[in-house]
Amino acid sequence: MCRTDRVPTAGILWLALVVIMFVARSIAADHKDLIHDVSYDFHGRRMATCSSDQSVKVWDRSENGEWHCTASWKTHSGSVWRVTWAHPEFGQVLASCSFDRTAAVWEEIVGESNDKQRGLSHWIKRTTLVDSRTSVTDVKFAPKHMGLMLTTCSADGVVRIYEAPDVMNLSQWSLQHEISCKLSCSCISWNPSSSRAHPPMFAVGSDDSNVTYGGKVQIYEYNENTRKYAKAETLMTVTDAVHDIAFAPNLGRSFHVLAIATKDVRIFKLVPMRSDRKESTSTGPTKLEVQIVAQFDNHNSQVWRVSWNITSTLLASSGDDGCVRLWKANYMDNWKCTGILKGDGSPLTSSSGQPTAMSTIVGSSVQTSQNALNGMSAGR
Amino acid sequence: MEELDVEPAITNIPAASDGKHLGFAWGPGDILAYETLYMAPGCSFIHEVRKDEDIYSPILRKLFNESHHIFVGLQTIREDLPSKNKKTQFVSISKNYRSVIRACMEELQQVLQKWPRNMEIRYVSILLAIELIWNLCEVLFIDAAPAGPLLLHLLDWVRLHKGDVDEKAREVLQSESPAEHHDYWDVVVSYVLQGRFEEARQMLVKQATLQPAARNMYKLMDTLLSKMPFYNPGGTQTLTEFDVKWRHWHEEVDRCLQDNSFASNQHLEIICKILVGDEDTLLEHKELLSTWYHFLVTRLLFCHPTVKPTELHYYAQSCMTMFLDLRSVPEPLDSILLAAFEFDIHQVIKDCSIALNNWWFVAHLTDLLDHCKLLQSHNLHFGSNLREFLLLEYASGLFTHHSLWQLAVDYFDNCPEFGHVYLELQIERVPLDTERKALKVLRICEQRQMSEQVRSICKIMAMRALRNNRLGSALSWSIRAKDAAFATLISERFLQDYCARGTFSDLDLIDNLGPAMLLSDRLTFLVKYREFHKLYEENRFSEAAKLLLSLITAKIAPRSFWMTLLTDALPLLEQKEVSHSAHCPYLLLYHLTCLVYGFIVFCYGSSCKVDQLLTSLIKESVCRFAGLGPEGLGTPKV
Repeated sequence: MCRTDRVPTAGILWLALVVIMFVARSIAADHKDLIHDVSYDFHGRRMATCSSDQSVKVWDRSENGEWHCTASWKTHSGSVWRVTWAHPEFGQVLASCSFDRTAAVWEEIVGESNDKQRGLSHWIKRTTLVDSRTSVTDVKFAPKHMGLMLTTCSADGVVRIYEAPDVMNLSQWSLQHEISCKLSCSCISWNPSSSRAHPPMFAVGSDDSNVTYGGKVQIYEYNENTRKYAKAETLMTVTDAVHDIAFAPNLGRSFHVLAIATKDVRIFKLVPMRSDRKESTSTGPTKLEVQIVAQFDNHNSQVWRVSWNITSTLLASSGDDGCVRLWKANYMDNWKCTGILKGDGSPLTSSSGQPTAMSTIVGSSVQTSQNALNGMSAGR
Repeated sequence: MEELDVEPAITNIPAASDGKHLGFAWGPGDILAYETLYMAPGCSFIHEVRKDEDIYSPILRKLFNESHHIFVGLQTIREDLPSKNKKTQFVSISKNYRSVIRACMEELQQVLQKWPRNMEIRYVSILLAIELIWNLCEVLFIDAAPAGPLLLHLLDWVRLHKGDVDEKAREVLQSESPAEHHDYWDVVVSYVLQGRFEEARQMLVKQATLQPAARNMYKLMDTLLSKMPFYNPGGTQTLTEFDVKWRHWHEEVDRCLQDNSFASNQHLEIICKILVGDEDTLLEHKELLSTWYHFLVTRLLFCHPTVKPTELHYYAQSCMTMFLDLRSVPEPLDSILLAAFEFDIHQVIKDCSIALNNWWFVAHLTDLLDHCKLLQSHNLHFGSNLREFLLLEYASGLFTHHSLWQLAVDYFDNCPEFGHVYLELQIERVPLDTERKALKVLRICEQRQMSEQVRSICKIMAMRALRNNRLGSALSWSIRAKDAAFATLISERFLQDYCARGTFSDLDLIDNLGPAMLLSDRLTFLVKYREFHKLYEENRFSEAAKLLLSLITAKIAPRSFWMTLLTDALPLLEQKEVSHSAHCPYLLLYHLTCLVYGFIVFCYGSSCKVDQLLTSLIKESVCRFAGLGPEGLGTPKV
């Protein structure tokens, strides 16, 4: 069941591509413990996985689509929660964060030629960020137009923003901002918009389960004058623990779209209000009008991850019900579930993919025989 | 209009235990990889899940390519053409699209004959349905035939999509005695049902010759068949006149029926009943009609040939009801066709979107209908948004393909609202596997003034080259990116290399940079410095000296290089050519002095001692020069 904001017009057209998908390939990840995160690089040709076995693995995709593990190394002394790629403009750079209270930055070193032939590469640690006193729960790079900046958030409720002033020297990072969010943080997301109308903005989610503490999502915005991040908004209607959060790609809109994984899936619209430039204080963040666009409780359980596709036309969520659900909006901005990925409990027999669902349009009323085709050419 | 609540499709993932967590990550395009979080260590799997990828079929690829061509042509049709001309063009474009679909189907058929495969069979039936629907839309919406021609178009439509008649006819005619073939009468009746009276008459002749006793009956039937009026759109006869003529004929046929003229021949009697439009007789031939819409057209042919477009839906609904079993549920195709007969374009588009797993059909059809201004005339005023929505969906799907993505660019170009930003987002994700591909992507971005994407792609390539120590490539990419900072960095690396090895690499590149060298001071210095070396090697010493002088005076030499410059200058001074020139050596000397001074100050800081040291240095060097050889320096001044 889903509740959506409906635009009352005569005849709402729902154009949903019911997403028919199939498993193309299954890869034995070979981690010795739970996998916590999988991250594609910018072009989708490489992948990084991280696990409770304290290691990170990097996978490369060959031309025929096969994935090969080209690096596997121990990164932390605790479970690795997240791994993320920097934009390829900065080279081949990864960041990881862990229960061991640290975050680390890794760079791939172009190795010896025999290594390349054997399909191996080396990653070396460029820096360890040790400022956190508790488990570091998320690590994300800021949008590339801000330079090479890394953000971490920790269970102690602190968000830290680091910058590498010299892009060619990844061992030098300086802590630029330390923001206390008062509640234990579980996830961060940067607003990807590089529009000059939008100052840098990020959202933090808290997995604090005490519902009396109020809004579990906070939005921070950078102020050019104070050179600091200030809280722009708290989403007071989100009172349950938040496990994941994701800004949608911007598409040149004036407003922002934010997806939240909490006890259900929620999509918010944040509309900057700046009616009169003179009136707005130069030291305060933009006032944001918060609207809820959609709320889905189909998972019927805690939702752990939300993520947008490149064009923000599809949102995926995964939950305690063991399913990944895909959400799509029609061109009237009404959201619906268009696909479900579900573990069926069957053992893996073959690794090849066969389309399991077929188009439903054709029935007995259309001749499918070869005769029909013959007839068509003759009858032209 | 009711919102259709469509159930989402469920995709099962093997090897993931029911009830365990599923994590996921969005990949490029629509590829979604996700992991299972197993409690049991060591056997975790990552599954790559994809959308049903029609785009990966080589035969469909041709469809995408050719329809792209038609699409682009359609966008260039001028707005100011008179509507009559435009209509002809639109119909022609519609036919083009359909012929592309048919060509694709024929190719698929050929492939299937050799290697029957599950996937291709599916496409054949889908394409058949698509062409059927498109054809009907062309007749009803684009050509928008009025009463009269409407029926003729519908007849064509049915004939085109019921090809087994000709197959059967061929078989019958090729047999020893066609009139005695067990399918003979089926063929004749089928011809009649389709209004193909010429062929029916030819077939009947064969039967007539076998039954000389019934000759008169056959002659009568032949006459009836030959006299049935067909509306001639190009003629002078009005619809009313045609209607009158048709009624007369209809009455004549009815009279024959009442007179029992064909009573002794069961087959001819049936044909007569068909000609008079007897519903029960028509329905008895469900197998030959095979579809309710064939039944519809046949019924119209023999009952209401002057049917108006607005009346169609009434007949369509009743025919469908009559034809289909009470128990059978209308299939998606049936609803779509019915919606078309009801002239509910939006419903057609909506139902097609739901039923098909690829946006190709709805995107192109909607685009064409939008050009015909058919979407805007509808109540909903966001007709053009619908078109754009579908085109964006279709084009986005193409972007995941390694070569089809280039087609997508044109589609985005023709989506005025979001096309540009979609292109920006998608094109920067195209993997830059080779330099050639990167250049292709760049060209597209440059043509559209997507300067940020240009810069970003060049930067990525420059970074990649630098990591692999290909300095020349890195340099040319950073020049293209207009990235002064990076160009400086790479120039420094070049200079460092030179200091280390004594030679330059990538001379071809550096020597031919032209005005690009002005991107950064360091780069300019690098180029000029290399030029200096070239001049020196070619023994053009005075030019070399002048160049070196300008390098020093322009102050673009990095501090780290001052010693090197000094070292370079000294042997120059010893060259006769240089020393002969009246002003040059003194100037050079002066600047060298400044250079040395600056260098020393830089290293040791300014102080009395430094000044003393410096003065003595200068004195010594000037004396030394003054004391050079018999040619000397002219009148030395100390």
